[in-house]
Amino acid sequence: MEKILLKNADVPNINDVDVYIAHGGYKSLDKIFQMGPAAVLEEVKRSGLRGRGGAWFPAGMKWQFCVEVNKFPKYLIANADEGEPATFKDRPFLEKDPHQLIEGMIVSAYAIGASKGYIYLRGEYPTGYKVLNAAIDQAYKKNLLGNNIKGTDFSFDLAVHRGAGAYICGEASALIESLEGKRGQFRVRPPYMATHGAFGMPTVVNNVETLVNVSHIINGGADWWSSIGSKDSPGPKVFGISGHLQKPGLYELPMGVTLRELIYEHGGGIKDGKELKAVIPGGVSTAMLTPEHLDIKMDVKSLQTAGSAIGSGATTVMSEDACVVHMVWRAMAFFYHESCGRCTPCREGTDWMVKILARIENGEGRMEDLKILEDVCHTIHNNCFCPLGEGAVNPVLSGLKYFRADFEEHIRTRGCPKGLRARARH
Amino acid sequence: MVTLSENTLQEIEKAASKYVDRKSALMAALWAAQAEFGQLSPDVIRAVAEVIGVSNAHAQGLATYHSLYWKKPVGKYVIMLCTNIACTLMGAETLLEHLEKKLGIHEGGTTPDGRFTLQEVECIGSCGNAPAMVINETFYYDLTAEKIDGILEGLK
Repeated sequence: MEKILLKNADVPNINDVDVYIAHGGYKSLDKIFQMGPAAVLEEVKRSGLRGRGGAWFPAGMKWQFCVEVNKFPKYLIANADEGEPATFKDRPFLEKDPHQLIEGMIVSAYAIGASKGYIYLRGEYPTGYKVLNAAIDQAYKKNLLGNNIKGTDFSFDLAVHRGAGAYICGEASALIESLEGKRGQFRVRPPYMATHGAFGMPTVVNNVETLVNVSHIINGGADWWSSIGSKDSPGPKVFGISGHLQKPGLYELPMGVTLRELIYEHGGGIKDGKELKAVIPGGVSTAMLTPEHLDIKMDVKSLQTAGSAIGSGATTVMSEDACVVHMVWRAMAFFYHESCGRCTPCREGTDWMVKILARIENGEGRMEDLKILEDVCHTIHNNCFCPLGEGAVNPVLSGLKYFRADFEEHIRTRGCPKGLRARARH
Repeated sequence: MVTLSENTLQEIEKAASKYVDRKSALMAALWAAQAEFGQLSPDVIRAVAEVIGVSNAHAQGLATYHSLYWKKPVGKYVIMLCTNIACTLMGAETLLEHLEKKLGIHEGGTTPDGRFTLQEVECIGSCGNAPAMVINETFYYDLTAEKIDGILEGLK
């Protein structure tokens, strides 16, 4: 497939507004000002664009809810918190090709009727902070941002809000709390973001990659755009593949590529010619799969049917060299560290589970621990305010489902067959 | 009592102008203060809280909520080694041991000469080039023990 989103990522100085314009950048603005906001919204709805941060909610529908609210100003926020472990797909748009994101945000803000925008950038990307701020300054100077953009009556202000290392701030309502200068913790809904978002005003929060796609939908038309990829979740997608692969990295491919193609064709197969043991298809919060699942398509419906999820499309591969128990422990150590502590099932559940998993890995586990792990997972599931706790149960339950024998072997032989240990962490 | 420099105060006001409520600039203010003082001691946080106009408790709560705000003194170079899943699969734990041994400190500690702080961190979005680390604001990819030795050598 010809690259669309990453087409210019390696063009020298594409972060410069003039270079970006010379490569066809910002031309979607002329088109939208002729179309009018309602037609832009309609085009995006018709394209079937779904949110690429992990929830895959239809973007046009999310916008529609906000459009219907008669309260101003409205806010558009790009979620650049990219914290889901193994996810690195948004970095090219934050560090190399920032105008593509800014253009997508202007088009989206026009459709929504938003006059204020923020890019909520994770603290771990200092380069992105500098690159985005410089790009925004340039866009203001060219009247692509600010008042009366390109002489129209549409105005849109944009700024970067820098996070400081908290996974939970990638959740839309926690992100808004953080934007407002508070600790990023989940807001109970309703009221919804569409009516009471940032500063109490109607707000749309979209993932970076979702917004990046918007100008391409406008330029090429919804019909062309949705002819790419799966019917159920169309369009191009940046897949980040990592772990035991010959060629890990970012690959822009149509939605619906199979796991087998992703791993063996694009990723060059398993590192050092080893056997595949397990694959996490969409980030640590998604359920692990096995070699049996290689022909599953990377789209929303197919992975859901397989008992997992596409998440952010961050696929991590484990060869026969990996210890699944160790990886599940490490995943849980992450969730425990990042739990905001507000609701009991997540705060206590991740604490219990990281301790139990550590003792199994270190040869002090008991067979009944496996039942306790499952019980804790079922207590967390459906009882948390936000998706963090919900995500935390997936590595454990899928690990026990597909690799139970590995857990039992750790317990029986009193230790990790690969000689690994769970470190004490704080 | 800590006084923020004119430069830091200007940066805070610039950040505050981007929001309808200046409380939103608290995170940017903490970043600016950390850049000036190298860490966010309780006194520095108190000074930031006053400038923004929030309670000291609120600012302390925010600062301690985030892993990239340093609440204790750190070395000249802060080594942030990722040990999340992609990096661990590619050998990050061995590198952590290597760094602990080489620097003679435990994870979270600072060398007695104040040069290096070693910090284990969650995913830094470098999974395609794992294992990876960040030293101050520079990323280093596809690490091995030898590569790390060379990088630290260059920082002396």
